[in-house]
Amino acid sequence: MKSIFKSTSKLLVAATMVMGLGASSLMAEVKDKFQVSWTIYVGWMPWDYAQQKGIIDKWAKKYGIEIEMVQVNDYIESINQYTAGKFDGCLMTNMDALTIPAAGGVDSTAVIMGDYSNGNDGILLKNKKKLSDIKGQTVNLVELSVSHYLLARALETVGLSEKDVKVLNTSDADMVAAWGTKDVTAMTTWNPQLSEIMANNKDANLVFDSSKTPGEIIDMLVINTETLKDNPKLAKALTGAWFETMALMKKGDEAALTFMAQASGTDLAGYKSQLDSTMMFYEPSDLLTFTTSDAIPATMKKVSEFSFDHGILGEGAPDAEFIGMAFPGGKTFGDPKNIKLRFDDTYVKMAAEGKL
Amino acid sequence: MKRLMNLRPSKQSLFFLGLLPFVLIVLLYLGASEVRLAENPNDKLLPSMSSFAEAIDRMAFEPSKRTGEYLFVEDTVASLERLGLGVLISAVLALLMGIPLGFIPFVRAGLSPFVAAFSMVPPMAILPILFIIFGMGELAKVALIVIGVTPLIVRDLQQRVMEIPAEQLIKAQTLGGSSWTIVLRVVLPQIFPRLLDAVRLTMGTAWIFLISAEAISATEGLGYRIFLVRRYLSMDVILPYVAWITFLAFLFDYLLKRFTYKVFPWYDAGKEQS
Repeated sequence: MKSIFKSTSKLLVAATMVMGLGASSLMAEVKDKFQVSWTIYVGWMPWDYAQQKGIIDKWAKKYGIEIEMVQVNDYIESINQYTAGKFDGCLMTNMDALTIPAAGGVDSTAVIMGDYSNGNDGILLKNKKKLSDIKGQTVNLVELSVSHYLLARALETVGLSEKDVKVLNTSDADMVAAWGTKDVTAMTTWNPQLSEIMANNKDANLVFDSSKTPGEIIDMLVINTETLKDNPKLAKALTGAWFETMALMKKGDEAALTFMAQASGTDLAGYKSQLDSTMMFYEPSDLLTFTTSDAIPATMKKVSEFSFDHGILGEGAPDAEFIGMAFPGGKTFGDPKNIKLRFDDTYVKMAAEGKL
Repeated sequence: MKRLMNLRPSKQSLFFLGLLPFVLIVLLYLGASEVRLAENPNDKLLPSMSSFAEAIDRMAFEPSKRTGEYLFVEDTVASLERLGLGVLISAVLALLMGIPLGFIPFVRAGLSPFVAAFSMVPPMAILPILFIIFGMGELAKVALIVIGVTPLIVRDLQQRVMEIPAEQLIKAQTLGGSSWTIVLRVVLPQIFPRLLDAVRLTMGTAWIFLISAEAISATEGLGYRIFLVRRYLSMDVILPYVAWITFLAFLFDYLLKRFTYKVFPWYDAGKEQS
């Protein structure tokens, strides 16, 4: 009996160490191999192109490191894996960066804000033409996502609140099928489903979209702050690769755009129309202006308040200012002792000045 | 010679041995959680026991900020309604189909291949069709459970009916029983406890379909809550919910077993208790 106890306790100790090991990858150190996770989205396809065509390798080599862009099928899974410490960086929106890694205590830095949704997210009503007609309806959407945020912002504009509608959580993969059913009358979703539904259903009316709240749904490259502090080379290489790809896109390089279109499952025309509702920052100087503008802190305040109201700002958050955020120029929001999300203009500035 | 296979544990060691795996897993969890929390006190993957307590308190004993209802109670009631309805419909359907399939050769000839083929359709694959036929409401969720579970029980019951010894059926006929009276007096009483057994065994499958259905479109339910907070890696909510689901499933299994043995004591005879 005694030996059983002994061997069991040994096994326990070993297993504990193995499970705990996952955490130690969070510990930053100077290293030369990095992994960044990404998922399919119109504004993130340039990352895939840069990886496949060796642009990332070229810039990584310049700084003497290796970078691998890892495609993850599920967007939320990708962020969760990053939060758990499996990736050094990850592509996500500003709202998810606040509510997933930052609320989970993982200090993150937004290095590149590549684009913002300028019509990619929208609210559809069946057979009704005005947003105010949404009152009393059931709205299908991915609950607690940017769609939910967009709905809240839209309702504000017509003097309604979330209490005036009923929200029904529906998977984004099922939106197109859901629209065809009788009891679905209102929906908030994003591209490509949004345009797919509008193209195939005459009864679908777009009553509100993200171009009416410009710059509030931002797609960003986020890097673990500790990792970034010890390895600024990673951000330099990624920023360099990003703007080299942006230059190609700005030129309208057909081959590059076709590559991105195919990789995201559409054709060149489809991809271009998705780009039309996406505000891409092709020039480092334009992105620098956006990154340092006062609009970012104002937007993040709104996002933080929305997140707190819906209970997704983390456990024990007493108010919307529980999680601190830092912005370029030393501005902060919320608790300065608990800063978990940083917006950094260092590398974009270097790109704008041609110092990469 | 004393053989290991002949040694029986005493009452105390029975209790201790049964408890041991649970204790080990809790200890393992606590150790791993401590290691992770030491590095990042806000780590969400393996939360501490106190965050579980907080989460349970918040979900079960405080009214929700948005609706004023107790989420935990609301979720449990919604899920049990769907599960109960789905399993009940499946059981009744299975009884109505399983007996004719097993008992009447002509019905078997006509339907058996169809049931066998239909039971192979993965219900999740036809989910978009279910949505369009039954809408996004409660009906589609119950339908998913019914479609997933019924064929399994039907096939089991058919098999059991066919296993009834031919002597019994011949004897009943020599006593003047018609097909109908034999179904009522010979087949049904023997099949009923087996139906309950089949329901017990398919309970796990029913839970899978329930959770999947709730993950796709819902406003409340145990599976809905898990998939909602999964976005935020809120393990402090997910793990207690998983424990609760497991407990409920275990409880049903236990109650069904007790019920079966209580009502059909002969069914128990000659079987090793499991």
